[in-house]
Amino acid sequence: MFDWLSWFTHMENTKPFVLVIFSITFVLILVYVFSNRNRSKRLESYKNIPFQDDDDDEEDGQSKDIKNEQ
Amino acid sequence: MVASSAPGSSPVEQYNYDIVRKFTIMALVWGVLGMSAGVWIASELAWPFLNFDIAEITFGRLRPVHTTLVIFGFGGSALFATSYYIVQRTCQTRLFSDGAANFTFWGWQIAIGSAAISYMLGYTQAREYAEMVWPIDLLITVTWVTYLVIYVMTLRRRSQPHIYVANWFFIAFILATALLHVFNNMAVPVHMFSLESYSLHAGVQDAMTQWWYGHNAVGFFLTAAFLGMMYYFIPKQVGRPVYSYRLSIIHFWALIFLYMWVGGHHLHWTALPDWTSTLAAGFSILLLMPSWGGMINGIMTLSGAWDKLRTDPIIRFMVVSLSFYGMSTFEGPLMSLKSVNALSHYTDWTIGHVHSGALGWVAMISFGSFYHLIPRLWGTKMYSERLIFAHFWLATIGIVVYISALWVAGIGQGLLLRAFDEYGNLAYTFIETVSFLHQPYVIRAFGGALFLTGTILMGYNTLMTIIKSKKEQAEIEAKIAAKLANA
Repeated sequence: MFDWLSWFTHMENTKPFVLVIFSITFVLILVYVFSNRNRSKRLESYKNIPFQDDDDDEEDGQSKDIKNEQ
Repeated sequence: MVASSAPGSSPVEQYNYDIVRKFTIMALVWGVLGMSAGVWIASELAWPFLNFDIAEITFGRLRPVHTTLVIFGFGGSALFATSYYIVQRTCQTRLFSDGAANFTFWGWQIAIGSAAISYMLGYTQAREYAEMVWPIDLLITVTWVTYLVIYVMTLRRRSQPHIYVANWFFIAFILATALLHVFNNMAVPVHMFSLESYSLHAGVQDAMTQWWYGHNAVGFFLTAAFLGMMYYFIPKQVGRPVYSYRLSIIHFWALIFLYMWVGGHHLHWTALPDWTSTLAAGFSILLLMPSWGGMINGIMTLSGAWDKLRTDPIIRFMVVSLSFYGMSTFEGPLMSLKSVNALSHYTDWTIGHVHSGALGWVAMISFGSFYHLIPRLWGTKMYSERLIFAHFWLATIGIVVYISALWVAGIGQGLLLRAFDEYGNLAYTFIETVSFLHQPYVIRAFGGALFLTGTILMGYNTLMTIIKSKKEQAEIEAKIAAKLANA
């Protein structure tokens, strides 16, 4: 009943099989990332995340919070 | 917000910076020790009397001390520090469990320290970049699983709906390293109280497993994780978001899909089946695309801010690191071609290639990130900007001298070993190929010493910055106390 599973035990079968799965997944990711204009805009907006918690005073390297405490 | 990054200024911080500070300091300590060991063994190759017939400091024992301290001590601690900082800042939440974070700190430091001592005493598994004996492997496993739990739990508590791409690279690095560590170190101890063990793999499978581990340690530990560092610290230092977020997504997935296949290129022309090493070479060439995509993404982040290169030494570190990332990810696929590998393998070209990646990419992006981080962690400016400039030039010149010397050594050595006379006999004796190496080895040791000097300067600059921060803090507290007394 489960004889078909033995097909996966042969490396010459599994390696190309995994390769095909990975390749198709990667192409799907490419399509997902670049196919839709609104989605592209949304994805690009995430690039600003490092600046959304920006309490650093870039001039002197001190955080505002430290200054507040001072 | 009750946030603070100054030591001792607030009992409850919004972010756990204490753990970041600890790992930062230890990264620099291991960096100086590991690079000193590197310069010493490089000098031993040039002047063999330097081993002084003391078994503990011979090349064979000190070499894994060097690689372990720089890769896992310096690089690993740098990754713990920056990943703990980045995940908190980009998720806008405090790190999960201070106790568990402290456990990862002590677990990691004890593993590195005991590994170095055990190598000098002659205890090793003899697996490249995984020489630690089995009890240390177990400690690393527990520490690493705790690291994964902390990271995942912190991500789950995030205030941001999206997980910033730097964290993807860190999660991939943590997961892949766990897999690699467990499968490469599967062994049976000789007996319960013995440090020796037998590998569970044998023959060519053992070799394959070792290089599956070895190359993916380069791919996930020394590349993916430091890309996480790049995707956060370059935009922060430049003050501009990353050039293309979509490119960073493609960069991530392409690296993840491709890296696992390439370990076999370390075993060309061996008992490894030919198709396996051909497959590895093919994927190595494909890797060039995501690597250069990532490099271009980093470099283009600077477009419009190139003028900062003149005045900001931290950006210089970052740009040089990206340049070396691009160069070494071009050189790697080139060396993975079977015909090139026939010349380069078993020569010092390989050592030069590793160092252009390790010093040029890994160390330079770490230095740049630390120079950005340290003032924020201790709430003050760096003690000396001139020392940062000096460090930059010492490190850059050191790398160039180092890798140029090993290009000459490696290519020359390869050509000498392959040369035949008119009768088909080897044209040179083995000892002739060894004596040819003396001059490049002297120059390599000099290049390494320059790089080490730069790191020592950074250690001094950091120490003085911490002292300065404490003085400033004490002055502020004295002023506040005086005001309160007058009120």
